[in-house]
Amino acid sequence: MSAIHQNLSTAISSSASTFLGYNNLKNIKSSNVSLPGRNSGVVKCVSSPSAEKTAYKTKVSRNENLAKLQAGYLFPEIARRRTAHMSKYPDAQVISLGIGDTTEPIPEVITSAMSKRSYALSTVDGYSGYGAEQGEKQLRAAIASTYYADLGIEEEDIFVSDGAKSDISRLQVLFGSNVTMAVQDPSYPAYVDSSVILGQTGQFQKEVEKYGNIEYMRCTPENGFFPDLSTVRRTDIIFFCSPNNPTGYAASREQLTKLVQFAKENGSIIVYDSAYAMYVSDDSPRSIFEIPGAKEVALEVSSFSKYAGFTGVRLGWTAIPKELVYSDGFPVAKDFNRIVCTCFNGASNIAQAGGLACVSAEGIKAMHEVVGFYKENTAIIVDTFNSLGFKVYGGKNAPYVWVHFPGQSSWDVFSEILEKTHVVTTPGSGFGPGGEGFIRVSAFGHRENVLEACRRFKQLYK
Amino acid sequence: MSKIFSFNSMPCKTLLQTRASVTVQETENVTDFRTKVSRNPTMERLRCNYLFPEISAREAQHLKKYPNANVISLGIGDTTEPLPDTVASSMANYAYKLATPAGYRGYGAEQGSKELRKQISETFYRDMGVKDTEVFVSDGAQCDISRLQLLFGANMSIAVQDPTFPAYVDSGVIIGQTGDVEKESGSYQKIEYMTCGPQNSFFPDLSKTARTDIIFFCNPNNPTGHAATRQQLERLVQFAQENGSIIVYDAAYAVYITEGRPRSIYEIPGARKVAIEVSSFSKIVGFTGVRLGWTVVPEELLYSNGFPVIKDFNRIVCTCFNGASRIAQAGGLASLSPEGFKAVLSLADYYKENAEILLETFSLLGLRAYGGINAPYLWVHFPGSNSWDVFNEILEKTHIITVPGSGFGPAGKEFVRVTAFGHREKILEASKRLRSLLS
Repeated sequence: MSAIHQNLSTAISSSASTFLGYNNLKNIKSSNVSLPGRNSGVVKCVSSPSAEKTAYKTKVSRNENLAKLQAGYLFPEIARRRTAHMSKYPDAQVISLGIGDTTEPIPEVITSAMSKRSYALSTVDGYSGYGAEQGEKQLRAAIASTYYADLGIEEEDIFVSDGAKSDISRLQVLFGSNVTMAVQDPSYPAYVDSSVILGQTGQFQKEVEKYGNIEYMRCTPENGFFPDLSTVRRTDIIFFCSPNNPTGYAASREQLTKLVQFAKENGSIIVYDSAYAMYVSDDSPRSIFEIPGAKEVALEVSSFSKYAGFTGVRLGWTAIPKELVYSDGFPVAKDFNRIVCTCFNGASNIAQAGGLACVSAEGIKAMHEVVGFYKENTAIIVDTFNSLGFKVYGGKNAPYVWVHFPGQSSWDVFSEILEKTHVVTTPGSGFGPGGEGFIRVSAFGHRENVLEACRRFKQLYK
Repeated sequence: MSKIFSFNSMPCKTLLQTRASVTVQETENVTDFRTKVSRNPTMERLRCNYLFPEISAREAQHLKKYPNANVISLGIGDTTEPLPDTVASSMANYAYKLATPAGYRGYGAEQGSKELRKQISETFYRDMGVKDTEVFVSDGAQCDISRLQLLFGANMSIAVQDPTFPAYVDSGVIIGQTGDVEKESGSYQKIEYMTCGPQNSFFPDLSKTARTDIIFFCNPNNPTGHAATRQQLERLVQFAQENGSIIVYDAAYAVYITEGRPRSIYEIPGARKVAIEVSSFSKIVGFTGVRLGWTVVPEELLYSNGFPVIKDFNRIVCTCFNGASRIAQAGGLASLSPEGFKAVLSLADYYKENAEILLETFSLLGLRAYGGINAPYLWVHFPGSNSWDVFNEILEKTHIITVPGSGFGPAGKEFVRVTAFGHREKILEASKRLRSLLS
């Protein structure tokens, strides 16, 4: 932690509030109001559980959609397991290849833009208050020209956000509860979980590990990790992540053309998650809008998280073409704009200053270097598992390696790896029933940690 | 004066931006192809655009008409004064360190940094029993309100003050808690509007208020500027307890309270069992663009089946959000240091002095201006007038942007909200222009 934070922590002990008279305790006492603690009515607490039964309850019903969720969100659960493991083995050098969290410093060209903006906010000329909810004009224009040049996506089609995860939920709020959705199986859990929360799904069916009313599009080695669309039912919305988290597979131009055609025939809307586009190594498309006709059936979500290490800084965007309209002809972008103006208040101006630096010539070069570093990590992990005789997928166009453990429970494999090598991974079934029998190994990490983790894998599986 | 402002326009007739509820014929078709996805009916239900973008659009249009006009914005409640040095430099430093191996940080806890959560509970909730684990740091109150609506779901009945900050109503419409709008009054069906006006000292008559699941209560109030007394808040908490309701208490302006009234709902006994509190650094330290706020959900707050609300809110925060920007959080922490908080209070004082100047101006003109004492908003009464007409007249004749009261609810029809945010010289200039127009 920075020195400033340490200084602040110690200075705070006297508490700003009492020092400055804010929330002065005298005010509370002089009105003869007893403090909440005393008034809780449980002073004569009995040790029996009946104390809980008498605890006051409101008459507000719990949202039944929340009750449908089976467990906590996947990644906090992985974090919990990691913490528990570290408590159990306090001397172990735990290596995290679980949650896809970036580890390398942000390039200076980007951080200095954010520092500069921060300082500017303390000056009369440099201060700015509310920004446009859709994002700063310059940044929107720069994103459009950097990622969508010649694809017909313009500044006004770009909505800057605090990240893809927030955007996914805002898109769900936009679509509402009466839409049907399809997801890849396995897939990034936020699409399914947000769908449940919005009330688009039925109950969780334990036998198949699926929520009712969601169309799961299986992606396996057998079908080359691209769904057989001839067996997929029509849904209103199709969530499609490519390069894929967790499988690492990047759909080909031909495959995406089929997807766009499928959406066209069914009148569906594709929500295309391109958060890993910069990891593409071959000529697989980076944007759905490279496919002709896509603008009439797709919108695209992306993020600076995995390009610039912005996982903690928070910045992303959603591109919605003008051509994307509802069945009554109303443009989707107009409603999304309303959502963004009402349910959001813009991404942090400091993060946006960083974003603008990201898409400068120097920034793009720097982001490619960071991405390149993680791609080297990925190659090391792929080699390791290959050399151990595993069937390994992904790892070419994404920072994820999808390792097959046929016939095994992925949570068991996860636990065994954690217990025996102190390496955190992510069990494939956390991404859907199609992930059972697989482990996702993420390639974010310091080089020495990745090398050490691979040494330990070799030890375990030799 | 009331003769000037006596027209009665239809709601939204004069709005510039295309209404959210506009029908297809009014939209240009860029394509012939249409998906088969139905537009979300709740979006169709929204009566107009969100209020503040509409005000911006009006300002832009006015500037086109009068390119040399020195437009003064007392409309959108946007802070204007620079950040305190200690806050800006803490953020600059944090950003700088992200470029180093030792200082780099990735994902933060979705609920916010432990340090900041702890500092928020100590600064604002000392001795009220609020734990750091009950504090959820966010990217601002507007976002939190929508996340709370997502938490509650469509099957909730809501009550709001009338007038009030529009996000509660609009988010309620979007999530599906309401019926259609009644064209005449501009009210949405199924919302319980609790009128707050001079006639009831800006506190609702709870004896006439129907039970609802959720009660949104903004205090100090935006737009009226009223800060409820302890007795009033005790009545509110009691009302919620009797009805088994949940209060969503918006304390974004608590730092402006002058008259010794409660700042937090948790100063009221029993509030922990019935209330969620939302707040923001926006108007505390000028973070309107930096984006930082928080929500307190007490552990004792339970649904009817005994399930703790905090558990579900945590799930929402972990699934629909990924934490506030770490840089913003560093700034937030700095603003709560002794030096930072001192600067915060001077900022509040600065804006409150602006409010005093404006209050004096309206008083000299014989206009009744409410608020301006415990909040950075003045609520000026133009009896018998229509607020959009007053807004237009003031804009046309003095080049000052305000906000028409009906944008905040039907009961705002005869009022105009004037913000006290602004550089001192602009406030003084605005004051001069108003005096010459209205005398």
